[in-house]
Amino acid sequence: MNNSQLLKGTKKERELKELAFLSILYLCVTVAIVTLMTLIYDVVSTGYNRLLSDYELGLINKVTIDNPKDFLTSLDSRDPLKAGIGPAFAGTIWLMIIVIAATFPLGAGAAIYLQEFAPKNKLTRFIELNLTNLAGVPSVIYGLMGLAVFVRLAGFGRSVLSGGLTLTLLILPVVIVASREALKAVPDTIRQGALALGSTRFQAIFRQVVPSAIPGMVTGMVLGLSRAIGETAPLIFMGALTYVNYYPVTPLSGFTAIPIQVYNWVGYPQTEWKNTSSAGIMLLLGLLLSMNALALIIRNRFEKDW
Amino acid sequence: MTNNLNLSKVKTKPVETIVKFFITMSAFAAILISIAIVFTLLTEAINFFRDPAVTFKEYFTATRWTPTFKNPVYGVLPLVSSTLYIALIACIISFPLGLFSAIYLSEFASRRTRKIIKPIMEILAGVPTVVFGYFALNWITPNIVQRFIPGSGVFNAISAGMAVGIMIIPTVASISDDALNAVPKSLRMGSLALGSTRRITALKIMLPAALSGIIASFILGFSRAIGETMIVTIAGGQYPELNLDPRKAMYTITSSIVNVSLGDTPHGTTAYNSLFALGITLFIMTFILNIFADYIARKYRKEYEQ
Repeated sequence: MNNSQLLKGTKKERELKELAFLSILYLCVTVAIVTLMTLIYDVVSTGYNRLLSDYELGLINKVTIDNPKDFLTSLDSRDPLKAGIGPAFAGTIWLMIIVIAATFPLGAGAAIYLQEFAPKNKLTRFIELNLTNLAGVPSVIYGLMGLAVFVRLAGFGRSVLSGGLTLTLLILPVVIVASREALKAVPDTIRQGALALGSTRFQAIFRQVVPSAIPGMVTGMVLGLSRAIGETAPLIFMGALTYVNYYPVTPLSGFTAIPIQVYNWVGYPQTEWKNTSSAGIMLLLGLLLSMNALALIIRNRFEKDW
Repeated sequence: MTNNLNLSKVKTKPVETIVKFFITMSAFAAILISIAIVFTLLTEAINFFRDPAVTFKEYFTATRWTPTFKNPVYGVLPLVSSTLYIALIACIISFPLGLFSAIYLSEFASRRTRKIIKPIMEILAGVPTVVFGYFALNWITPNIVQRFIPGSGVFNAISAGMAVGIMIIPTVASISDDALNAVPKSLRMGSLALGSTRRITALKIMLPAALSGIIASFILGFSRAIGETMIVTIAGGQYPELNLDPRKAMYTITSSIVNVSLGDTPHGTTAYNSLFALGITLFIMTFILNIFADYIARKYRKEYEQ
C-alpha cells in the first residue's frame, strides 16, 4: 500500500468518504436494532389484550363463566378466544425442572474434570473437540437422536422426561464451556494458597476453587436453560405437537411446551389466532428476558473481580 | 501437581473416589453424545437405503420428495437446493449487516455505545426461532415481501431467508467482533499514527488482519442457516419439487424432517427411516462447515499468539 492510495482526492472528498462509511456502519447496526423493536412491537400490539384477560383490562367488571378465562391457566381450545396456554406453561416448567436437575451435575462435573483434573493428552483433546462440534450440531438432529435413544431405546416414550433429557444434551456443550470459563477465571494463587496450607488437591479444588466459580457457573447454566426453553424443533419428535390438552402429572406424561403451542397456533390462518399466538410469544419472551436478567444480576452481584 | 507430603497420613476418602469417578464420566458424556448421534443416524439411515423401495440413485437424482404419498418418491435434490437457496438469502442479509455491525462495535463505537448495543445483540440472539418464524409469516411476508415483490405467495423463500438472516446477524457480528479485537492494538495505532483515517484503518488494516476470523464467522453463520428449522418450517412452505423461484414456497431438509415426523410415521416404516437419512445428510453438511470454520479460526489465533 503506497501513499498515493491512502491520500487519494482532496481533503474534502476524503472527509465525505469517511462520513459515508460511518453512515453505512450506523445503518447496519440500526437495521438489527429496528428489526428487534419491530418484532417486539408487533407481538405486543397484537397479543397484549389476549394475554391480559378482559377482566384485567377493565372491559368487564366480573369474570363469568362465559367470558374468556385467564390465558395463562386455561386449556387449549379450538376457539381462538378461549384457547389458553396452561398445559404448555406447565410443560415448560416441567422441562425446566428436568433440565436443571440433569444439567447442573453433568455440566459442572464435566467442567471441573476438564479444567482441574484432566491430563493434557489426546483423549482430553478429543473430548474438547467433541464439545466444539456438538455445539454446532443443528437442534433438529438432537431431536432425532432423542427420538431414537430416549423415546425408543430407553423406553421413556413420548414424555416430558424424554423432552427434558434431549434438551439437556442440547445445552450441555454450551454449559460445560461456560462453566470452564468460570473455573478458569479463578486465579492460580487460590489453588496454590490452599495447597500451601496443607490441603489435598481434591480439597483445594472442591473447597476453594469451585465455590468461588459457582456464580459464573450458575450464570452459564441459566443462559443455557433459557436457550433450552425456547427450543421447538427437538420437542416435536417427543410428541409434543399432538393435541395435548392436559397437565403433565408424572415425568412420563405426554406434554406440550410454550414454543410448541405457539407453533401450533401460528399454523391457523384466522386473525384471531394471530392474537393468541402473540400472547404466547409474549409469555415466552417474558420468561427468556427475565432469565437473562437473572443471569446478569448473578454475574454482577456475586462474581468476584480478582 | 501432586501433594504427597502429608504430615498426618491422609488416605483418599471413598467420597473423593466416587466424586472423581462421577465427574470423569460427565466429561466422557461429550463423546457419548457424539457417538449416540452418529450411531442412531447411521443405523436408521442404513435401514432406509436397504429398503427395496429406495435406491441410492433415486435419493441423489430424483427431483421430488414425497415420502407420505401413495407412490412415494425419495429425492433429496429439491430439499438440498431449497436449503442452500434459503441459506444463501440469509447470508446476503446477515454477512454485510453482521460484519459492518462488528466493525462499528470494535472500531468506532464508544465504550458506552458498546455497552448498550451488545446486550441488544444478545437479546436478538436469544429470540426463539419459532418467534422469528411467526415474524416472517405475519410481518415480513405481508409488509415487505408481498408489498415490494409482486407474485409472492404466503409461504415464500425470501421471507424465510430474510428471517434466518436476521437470526444469524448476532452470530456473525459477535465472532467477527472477537476477531477484530484479537488483532494487536499496535497495528491500529501504527496505522492511525501514519496518518490514515479511521475508515482506511478499518478497511485496509484491521479487516485483512482479522480476515480468517471473519471468514470463520461467515462459515458458521452459513452452517447455522442450513440447520435452522422452525423459521423455514413456518414461513418457507412445503413445495416438494425442484423450484428456483424465491417468491414461491420451498421445502428445506429441516422442514421436511419436521413435516414427515408430524405425519403418520410408525417406527420401522420407510418414511420413518427417511427422517434419519435426511438427518445424516444435514449432519454431514453442517459438520464439514463447522470443522472448516474451526480450522480457519484456529489458524488466525496462532498468528497473533506469542
